Amino acid sequence: MSAASHTQPAVPPAPTEASSRASVMTRPGAEAVKVKGWLRAHKWLLLRRVVQLGILVLFMLGPWFGLWIVKGNLSSSLTLGVLPLTDPYLLLQSVAAGQVPYKEALLGGGIVAAFYLLFGGRLFCSWVCPVNMVTDAAAWLRRRLGIKGGKVPSEYTRYWLLGLTVLASALTGSIAWEWVNPVSMLHRGLIFGFGLSWGIVLGVFLYDLLIASRGWCGHVCPMGAFYGVLNSAALIRVTADKRSGCDDCMDCFAVCPEPQVIRPALKAVAQDHPLILDKDCTSCGRCIDVCGKDVFRLTTRFDRSES
Amino acid sequence: MLALGVGLYGAEASARPAEAIRPPGALPEQDFLAACVRCGLCVRDCPFDTLKLSELGDNVATGTPFFEGRKVPCEMCDDIPCVKACPTGALDRELTDIGKARMGLAVLIDQETCLNFLGLRCDVCYRVCPVIDKAITLELVHNPRSDRHAMLLPTVHSEHCTGCGKCEHSCVLPEAAIKVLPHKLAQGKSAEHYRKGWVEREAAGGSLIGEQHQLPMRGLEDRKYGDTRVAPGYVPPSDAPVKPGGIDSGWKP
Ligand code: SF4
Ligand code: SF4
Ligand code: SF4
Ligand code: SF4
Ligand code: SF4
Repeated sequence: MSAASHTQPAVPPAPTEASSRASVMTRPGAEAVKVKGWLRAHKWLLLRRVVQLGILVLFMLGPWFGLWIVKGNLSSSLTLGVLPLTDPYLLLQSVAAGQVPYKEALLGGGIVAAFYLLFGGRLFCSWVCPVNMVTDAAAWLRRRLGIKGGKVPSEYTRYWLLGLTVLASALTGSIAWEWVNPVSMLHRGLIFGFGLSWGIVLGVFLYDLLIASRGWCGHVCPMGAFYGVLNSAALIRVTADKRSGCDDCMDCFAVCPEPQVIRPALKAVAQDHPLILDKDCTSCGRCIDVCGKDVFRLTTRFDRSES
Repeated sequence: MLALGVGLYGAEASARPAEAIRPPGALPEQDFLAACVRCGLCVRDCPFDTLKLSELGDNVATGTPFFEGRKVPCEMCDDIPCVKACPTGALDRELTDIGKARMGLAVLIDQETCLNFLGLRCDVCYRVCPVIDKAITLELVHNPRSDRHAMLLPTVHSEHCTGCGKCEHSCVLPEAAIKVLPHKLAQGKSAEHYRKGWVEREAAGGSLIGEQHQLPMRGLEDRKYGDTRVAPGYVPPSDAPVKPGGIDSGWKP
């Protein structure tokens, strides 16, 4: 690591600029660790991992220890024998395929949809979905190994896929995306047994590592796109309210799974306020962690203040 | 492209005849694949660990519940907890009497190895059946090999068999001679317009085309109708010379 050459981050002298950029690309957040300490520079990441793994553990307590707090999996579950939760994207496909689910499933889907609609759909991606850990790991390794290039599909691919999976469900009369969905393959695999499903998860990892940077979650996954639609009116949002302190180190762009969402807020492109309102922002808070200048923080969509 | 591929793959996969035996109350396979969200709540509430979610590589749509009777059969719970657990209706709650479940149909598929078909008395599949004497009966037929014994052939009746798999589970052979198959593989189908004369006649309380003249059967004139037994040393009445039958009859076109 070349942080030693990075002594004057605010105004890096021209000759070392290239090498400091390179260090940003492989180890974004090094500056924040120096300024804020390791723990604060990983606060949201750690919190997210705790929540992600905690939810997974809740599901595993049953099969592992016979403690049935939550039964089922992310597709549909029953908590403490009373709270039904169902994935609304699955229900949408099921309805498109011509089924009328029972009221438990509709209620469960309604609860989930209402929660994400209110607080932000892509909280699912950053705080719940187990594939997030896989693609985050791939992105981390890709940076570390300095893998460049590949072929990234358009970021709208996922929205096309979202429409096409619903259409395919209607045409084939089955829940189309479940034939491949790595999210349910991984989650169900961990709880009920994998078979060969781990191959699909490995495929996603390798795709993100070797072919497309942030390819799966940022461009392909129609489930993320579905929750992205639910993210349009998200209450929880990230703001770049101290953007005047930004020193253009680019660390936030390097770690953000959806880097295109930052510019309008940080650089006031096509908007005045510092809120990141783009529906693709997953509210993962990684930008907050890695910023040595504490430019970002989590807030609500109504807080347009700037300091 | 990807979605199209997935769609086609899905359509192709669901077009294959399903080999999986589904839990009680499962909708017909095509509807089942549209309704089941692969959550495994049915699996969790089955007290006998009968049900499993299929894994990629099993010959069943990934993530959907099924069971293999030979390993763990369905115990036909009175309260059918698996059906109650299903949130989507992929397992239909119209099913309240487990005796009406039609998970599959038992077929005595190998008559060459079944001990009862060899003329022995095994009867195990018959004895373990929860719907004994209705779903499976022992049909008595003459044993042509010994010519003096009966064979008691286990015979499954689709009207009553639930497909629970207890028979397949208990068959004493190293590979079960009786197996539960999905109805699609186990059953034929009569053409709509077929009528069975004897059934129609019973229903109408008499022949629909008038009582028919019963023609005498040569050589059996002194017998009751239907009695074709041949007594030892029986010689047919000799007013007509006995001619050999079959290919030795000497008949020429
Ligand atoms: S985009 Fe898809 S795979 Fe990625 S975190 Fe969201 S739901 Fe999971
Ligand atoms: S009826 Fe009982 S044994 Fe059979 S699958 Fe359902 S829960 Fe399991
Ligand atoms: S409970 Fe219903 S939806 Fe869930 S796996 Fe079983 S059949 Fe499918
Ligand atoms: S599957 Fe076998 S044991 Fe079960 S009802 Fe049918 S004949 Fe009886
Ligand atoms: S248990 Fe097996 S061998 Fe015995 S009668 Fe039944 S099918 Fe035949």
